[in-house]
Amino acid sequence: MTNNDYVLETRNLNIFYGSFLAVTEVNIKIPRHKITAIIGPSGCGKSTLLRAFNRMNELYAGVHTQGEVLFNGQNLYDKNVDPVEVRYRIGMVFQKPNPFPKSIYENIAWAARIHGYKGNMDELVENSLRQAALWDEVKDKLKQSGLALSGGQQQRLCIARAIAVRPEVILMDEPASALDPIATLKIEELMQELKQYFTIVIVTHNMQQAARVSDYTAMMMLTGETRSGTVIEFDETNKIFTRPSDKRTEDYVTGRFG
Amino acid sequence: MSLEKELFKKKNGNAAPLTPEPNLPDRHRRGQVWLLIFQAATVIGIIVLTALLLNIIDSAFGYVAYESKKDPAQFIVDGVPIEEQTQEQLVALLQAQLSSGAFNKLNNEKPFEERSRAEVYALVVERILKYDVIASWSLTDSLFRRAAIDAEVQELLVEHPRLELKFVSWLTADFISRPQSSEAVTAGVRTAIFGSLLTIIITILVAFPVGVGAAIYLEEYATDNWLNRVIQTNINNLAGVPSIIYGILGLAIFVRAMEKLTSGVLIGAADPTTATGRTVLSAGLTLGLLVLPVIIINSQEAIRAVPQSLRKAGYGLGATKWQTIWSHVLPNALPGILTGTILSVSRAIGETAPLVVVGASTAISFDPTFFSRFTTLPIQIYQWTSRPQDEWRHLAAAAIIVLLVMLLSLNASAILLRNRFARKY
Repeated sequence: MTNNDYVLETRNLNIFYGSFLAVTEVNIKIPRHKITAIIGPSGCGKSTLLRAFNRMNELYAGVHTQGEVLFNGQNLYDKNVDPVEVRYRIGMVFQKPNPFPKSIYENIAWAARIHGYKGNMDELVENSLRQAALWDEVKDKLKQSGLALSGGQQQRLCIARAIAVRPEVILMDEPASALDPIATLKIEELMQELKQYFTIVIVTHNMQQAARVSDYTAMMMLTGETRSGTVIEFDETNKIFTRPSDKRTEDYVTGRFG
Repeated sequence: MSLEKELFKKKNGNAAPLTPEPNLPDRHRRGQVWLLIFQAATVIGIIVLTALLLNIIDSAFGYVAYESKKDPAQFIVDGVPIEEQTQEQLVALLQAQLSSGAFNKLNNEKPFEERSRAEVYALVVERILKYDVIASWSLTDSLFRRAAIDAEVQELLVEHPRLELKFVSWLTADFISRPQSSEAVTAGVRTAIFGSLLTIIITILVAFPVGVGAAIYLEEYATDNWLNRVIQTNINNLAGVPSIIYGILGLAIFVRAMEKLTSGVLIGAADPTTATGRTVLSAGLTLGLLVLPVIIINSQEAIRAVPQSLRKAGYGLGATKWQTIWSHVLPNALPGILTGTILSVSRAIGETAPLVVVGASTAISFDPTFFSRFTTLPIQIYQWTSRPQDEWRHLAAAAIIVLLVMLLSLNASAILLRNRFARKY
């Protein structure tokens, strides 16, 4: 693959919580239009790494970042890069569904409007909801509150909201961990649909999920004296789950550890 | 045996269902005792509140014995008593009885032809007959000690032959619509109501935007450094400063230092030779300062209560900080912000001490403007209760009812407004 096939690349990425080194020396390349899963035991810095991709970490007190995250070759942490612009191009879906306490329609329209979208709003809302596989369920109640939907529908509304601003990358932080198996399945199917338009990076606790949905997998683990998280292995998902090159990965994915 | 096994055995070991735990009745009893204590606290509160209301109502109604300075009988013209005379006859009576200067002054204020008959009659009562309250009784006395009142009246009749006994409500439509006066019979609270309303409008206009703005800054923008912590601590302390201190502050800043502005001279609204800074504007600004810390603290609480997930949702979509605050944080914090504002403005309406310091007048017989001398309802009540004659205390009771009604209606409208925002979704 050429460099153009990668949308995100980290170089010597270190993330600190205060003086504690939480994530250290991450060097991975996220392929375009693929689903990349980040797996690993609790507390190893998966979500922290994910948030580094759109500078969300800056909203948490005391977090600072060293190293580079290249987005189409440009370092997101350059002084002249506006984090608002970064989050516009690299969207995010959170662990707990967090629709705005507004109507379903407004949830999506607001996202587009803040970026100065002047086109046909009804069309954009419909397209976004269709892409998020939610249109058929909510087309008759667009004026109802987004909070009145079920958990799975709320999460798909959040995905619809994220894709309404047409980002290049969508980061998903355990998007299905608060959902039942059927809602989870819907989200997973949706991700397969979406990867033709977007690059998706997903953090998951669920190894079956990573194996089912992702094309690439980054295995994270706490290492070293400082017990800092790092990516110990990054490869095609198939290979991670069948022929891992690292013993620790093998132990983890086969359930002997973690 | 391990603890776990022991517990398991206790639950499942014997076949008898639901063997009572030996200490369960005791646990229930302890709860009951606390419940009783809390109920007693509530009952005490209700009793005190009821006593307060009854006390006010007791003073606001009752028998009054009063006597006119001049005998109405001496003004009977052609057998027609004063109550039934025409407007022209009443005007003629005024002209005959008042000095020409006083008569012309009344005519200049508003020509007699333009006054209604009722107004002219009121002038006759006020200027010529001049009723004096000789004695007054509370509502309970009036209801249950009628015989004793009659006996007292008989004694009073010796000295006051024209004494009239009447059951009155001190709170009347006239009382609300009349301006303040030096005679208890003609005194009203209109000027005080207007004074209170204008003052509160200024207070809200100043304290609400500034308070909410400061709260937004402190909660959303300010970083956690020592300077901001000092500011925060000071705001918390300011909320507990006695209100009279704010009066002194208002006197120094608004009445003295900013006199040009608060007297209205700067914008040409007042005569520079007579204008002072003791105006409605100064009073409103002082009360604004007084409620500002409370509004800030309450707004901060409300803003803090907006879930962090909403902010992250906004930022995650590439919204700027201000877009997120404006569209999500403020609308969701608004009900809480309004609650805090309602509570603090209610406090401001009832404030007396700082306004006394700022220089409230008591006898204002004209409708106030933003740049005029002022009085407010609490000032009026305070002033009336401190007079020695009984009748002023009855008037104060009536004014307290007016103040309570005003407070409750302002609160009710603010709560309705708040619920409208809260019910949106």
